[in-house]
Amino acid sequence: MNKTVNPNELTSDDDNGPLYVAQKKVYPQSISGTFRRIKWGLMAFCLGVYYFLPFVRWNRGLDAPSQAVLIDLPNSRFYFFFIELWPQEIYYFTGLLIVAAVALFLMNSIGGRIWCGYLCPQTVWTDLFYAVERFVEGDRRERMRRDKSGGSLTFKRVSEIALKHSIWLMIAWWTGGAWVLYFNDAPTLVKELLTFQAPMIAYIWIGILTATTYVLAGFMREQVCTYMCPWPRIQAALTDEWALNVTYRYDRGEKRTSVKKAAELRALGQQVGDCVDCYQCVAVCPTGIDIRNGPQLECIQCGLCIDACDNVMTKIGRPKRLIGYDNDVNIQRRRDGKAPVYRIVRARTVAYSAIITAVGGIMLYVLATRSLLDVNVLHDRNPVAVRLSDGSIRNAYTVRLLNKSGYDRVIAIDADGPANATIHVVGADSVTPDRPMIVIPRDSTSELRLLVTAPAENNPEKSIPVRFHVTDIGLGEMASATDNFVSP
Amino acid sequence: MTDHSEIDSVTGRATTGHEWDGIKELNTPLPRWWVICFYLTIVWAIGYWIVYPAWPLISSNTTGLLGYSTRASLAVELANLEAVRGEKMATLAAASLADIEKDPALLALARAKGKTVFGDNCAPCHGSGGAGAKGFPNLNDDDWLWGGTLDQIMQTIRFGARSTHADTHPGQMLAFGKDGVLKPDEIVTVANYVRSLSGLPTRPGYDVAKGKKIFAENCVACHGDDAKGNQELGAPNLTDKIWLYGSDEATLIETISNGRAGVMPAWEGRLDPATIKAMAVYVHSLGGGK
Repeated sequence: MNKTVNPNELTSDDDNGPLYVAQKKVYPQSISGTFRRIKWGLMAFCLGVYYFLPFVRWNRGLDAPSQAVLIDLPNSRFYFFFIELWPQEIYYFTGLLIVAAVALFLMNSIGGRIWCGYLCPQTVWTDLFYAVERFVEGDRRERMRRDKSGGSLTFKRVSEIALKHSIWLMIAWWTGGAWVLYFNDAPTLVKELLTFQAPMIAYIWIGILTATTYVLAGFMREQVCTYMCPWPRIQAALTDEWALNVTYRYDRGEKRTSVKKAAELRALGQQVGDCVDCYQCVAVCPTGIDIRNGPQLECIQCGLCIDACDNVMTKIGRPKRLIGYDNDVNIQRRRDGKAPVYRIVRARTVAYSAIITAVGGIMLYVLATRSLLDVNVLHDRNPVAVRLSDGSIRNAYTVRLLNKSGYDRVIAIDADGPANATIHVVGADSVTPDRPMIVIPRDSTSELRLLVTAPAENNPEKSIPVRFHVTDIGLGEMASATDNFVSP
Repeated sequence: MTDHSEIDSVTGRATTGHEWDGIKELNTPLPRWWVICFYLTIVWAIGYWIVYPAWPLISSNTTGLLGYSTRASLAVELANLEAVRGEKMATLAAASLADIEKDPALLALARAKGKTVFGDNCAPCHGSGGAGAKGFPNLNDDDWLWGGTLDQIMQTIRFGARSTHADTHPGQMLAFGKDGVLKPDEIVTVANYVRSLSGLPTRPGYDVAKGKKIFAENCVACHGDDAKGNQELGAPNLTDKIWLYGSDEATLIETISNGRAGVMPAWEGRLDPATIKAMAVYVHSLGGGK
């Protein structure tokens, strides 16, 4: 097995073998260490947020949903803590997606596939399912031995299988359950779900997500990353020689030899590697690869092999991080006997950070200055203008008023257009001189028919702009919209 | 035939041993789950034949165990729709016209309902937005032949104008020329006089006094002494700026010579009362309602 690996010849596939191989079942071994602890922490955080966020309350006053994060599809509202978004403000989600995408790019250019290794739902749930599997059925060796020998279906074995799948299904079911809680008041829905009063659609979604979680995390696992997910392909285009990736330091590891032999050779002053070919890095890998073959598509860079190798290095009294986060530049530099260099501030990281800051800043600004009163005006098209019996001209408009606030508002409507024009709102609640008023209930829209009449002596000869102002007479908040006043 | 256990070097799979022109067939059986699904679809299809109507017979078809038919399910859907809408339309039917104008929710419902029904029934003559056309009144303006209050509009919609309904609006303009009441030159004179009533330019040198006299003798019965019309008879106001058939001299001469009697059909009996009410509210809210 002692072969020297030249990085320029590193390939993840053995070119002489068949191009197609059957799926090999992966039995990742349990491991402890720095990166495992980080992974546990992030898993607890991610799952905690996902499972419990719907239960966080947020007081929005009477009649308003008191759930901090709620996607209220029947009423077309999205609530996120202090923010309430309407469907026409969907661009906030566009902004959020841009920031998320660029954040992913930034992550990738600094630390490689951090997303894949630590944060991706597929990784988090698979990791959880593996933990359950190890807890119930034992660790790698035990399961490998049993699978290889076929194993007889003793009572113990059957109850193990049943227990594992029950726990998996419970987790999967809770995953689907938590999902639907984002679309309805969580405590109410939980009660309804338990008493079988919940709407059918809720059960259907829970069923779908239970099935996907169970199948993806329990059975498909690393195959999702390798065959289904586009991200491994995309990230290859995003990474560069400065990005930190989980790397085997071949310069230190090769030539591989046994501990004993290495000690002997070192005593003779010969150059030997630290790698003892213990295969611990392979044993713990959730995608079943050998990191010593260099960077490869299947590697999600979770760092578990680093922990495995560090444990071994500590045991044999050699320095840690034979496998560690490193970049392509240093692979070459070490080979040439130079000191490693790390560079986080680079053109692309600066650019990504700038984009995130700019888009995030714009979003914050728009959010901070967003109006809770809005008006849209649509000119009647048929007819565009009407001549009245006294010769005056009237144009009709459909006005849509939006009250995004949490209280009812009294809105006065004015129009700046043709001189001495009068405005009339069909069904106005009250009219002060030349100023119709209308009450718009909280968190709703009102559609009004508004008529603007210009007296005969002021008949405009062509289209002139008219500006509609709507004013909250209590708070003075104002919004306006422009349209045209035309002659027949 | 070669050995079955031969392994293909590229794919790493066993071959079937069949070979044609040097091409060997890989032994790739269908996955078991696929085969099971295939058999399940066959079982499903047989069940489907039994449960649902499926087989055409000579004059009918098998009805299936469930007795399902698309026609019956359509009837159920329609009944459901009726039930959902019926409640709202009942509120509308019960409310008075004035109440509807005061209640924003009812007003919105009536306008929405009225708009659709208007599009289906009224738009062919009055235009999709009620803008009208020559001979078909513009419903957006403030000039009404038969009155522009909510009740009057509803009355006109229900019974029509000069329609076959017993309660319809009666009255038509006489054909003064065709029936020989007025001579052609008298018609020209009175046409110019009528134009002058609403401030339109007249033919130079026409006899104002004669026009006034002809008008007083022939037209005031319907259009009134002040020519402001009579909504009882559907006689238009001749002093305003709105003309149903046109205000130029030639059109006026044609109108006076042949008379006018535009017909609007009665909608009572064709549309239910709540729908007619909704339509009246919609037309009233177009902007011309008094």
